[in-house]
Amino acid sequence: MKALALKGVAAVSALSFVAASALADENANLVVNGEIDMTIRAPAPDHMENMSEVMSGWLFRSSETQALQLDDFENPGMIWVDDAREVFASESGSGGESCASCHDSPEALAGVRAVYPKWDEEHGEVQSLEMQINECVTERMGGEPWKYTGGTMVNMTALLASVSRGMAVNVAIDGPAQSTWEMGRDLYYTRTGQLELSCANCHEDNYGNMIRADHLSQGQINGFPVYRLKNAKLNAVHSRFKGCVRDTRAQTYSPGSPEFIALELYVASRGNGLSVEGPSVRN
Amino acid sequence: MAENVRPRVRVPATVAAGETITIKTLISHNMESGQRKDGDGNVIPRSIINRFTCDFNGQNVIDVTLEPAISRNPFFEFQATISESGTFQFTWYDDDGSVYEEQKEIAVE
Ligand code: HEC
Ligand code: HEC
Repeated sequence: MKALALKGVAAVSALSFVAASALADENANLVVNGEIDMTIRAPAPDHMENMSEVMSGWLFRSSETQALQLDDFENPGMIWVDDAREVFASESGSGGESCASCHDSPEALAGVRAVYPKWDEEHGEVQSLEMQINECVTERMGGEPWKYTGGTMVNMTALLASVSRGMAVNVAIDGPAQSTWEMGRDLYYTRTGQLELSCANCHEDNYGNMIRADHLSQGQINGFPVYRLKNAKLNAVHSRFKGCVRDTRAQTYSPGSPEFIALELYVASRGNGLSVEGPSVRN
Repeated sequence: MAENVRPRVRVPATVAAGETITIKTLISHNMESGQRKDGDGNVIPRSIINRFTCDFNGQNVIDVTLEPAISRNPFFEFQATISESGTFQFTWYDDDGSVYEEQKEIAVE
């Protein structure tokens, strides 16, 4: 009992925020392949009371990491986008159809990433892009659902993000989506875990500062899925949420849970106006 | 058979005679080192790309031996000085005997 309490104290004092040297380059611009001009700073959406500007996580990475996102040839995330292109055109499920049978090409779904999570009238709930894809896989193709943060799913979301790159994130937070959005906002500001930290404590109060060896960003999700140097693969939004909640030493929600869907809608709305960047590169 | 192996190459389409160009190549490949074990403790057999070559009009540009410690999706960036139009031939050799090839034309203008 005593040892446990002591451990807790040590952990809290070890966790401090340190003012960081400025961004790698204050005036850096993100232009991908020399042609997709990304909006990486935007006026904060009206609903955000404590901030005036929203910024892409790309700005907070080192110049070497930033460079990997400038060219699709060097962006390791694009390898899985190519894999997803093959899946898009492959028949599966009891109907013997492919995504392309109904959607023609991934490019025909350009703009979709930017507006998800989104209210779905038929199911009476806010749906993430993953849920929408699984709706097609199960209800329209007669297949087994894809694992929420599994490879096939994360690759497909990377493909759908890639064809929306440069378009402004624009999720709706009013109307039928409002109660879900409010639930997400509450989760964002609720302190959790042994460390009693909320998302806002790190990503709103301390972005730009160092936490241990990490340069804290605003925790935006316009770049998802994200290729991380840390694990050399694409990471889904909910996997990142899980990691961040766990870092506060709390029990986390599961990927695909109503809590994480609500949180995703809320966090996405904090990036309304930034460009869709996925698949982006982070450390 | 290694899965989802896909070679990619970037070479400029045109070049001024005598100019040095940068070539980028990447092959998606798991590069299983042969050092890892699966959940039951059995060694996962080695399966890597063990050699990569690039030739221009029949003349060798580079010839690389790859070892198991090389990360997945090996990426090579190198340069060549070009004095005539011609064809680059890229070849990757897999442990399982597969050979992956790619060609790119370049024109001197
Ligand atoms: C049998 C036809 C069919 C197949 C096959 C199909 N879809 Fe769909 N998909 C639809 C229809 C119809 C909608 C519109 C549903 C709606 O608006 O609620 C849709 C909607 C979508 C949307 C959302 C579009 C938007 O504007 O919000 C995405 C993303 C999507 N599908 C992805 C996929 C993917 C990925 C696959 C393959 C795994 C696939 N679909 C296979 C018929 C299909
Ligand atoms: C203890 C501090 C801390 C807390 C609390 C925290 N995070 Fe993070 N988060 C980090 C760090 C460190 C990183 C990696 C550096 C960065 O991008 O900020 C990160 C990264 C992220 C990213 C990736 C950003 C990008 O551009 O790739 C997202 C999204 C994110 N966090 C969301 C959240 C959400 C949502 C919560 C609340 C559930 C949360 N975080 C709570 C520390 C925290």
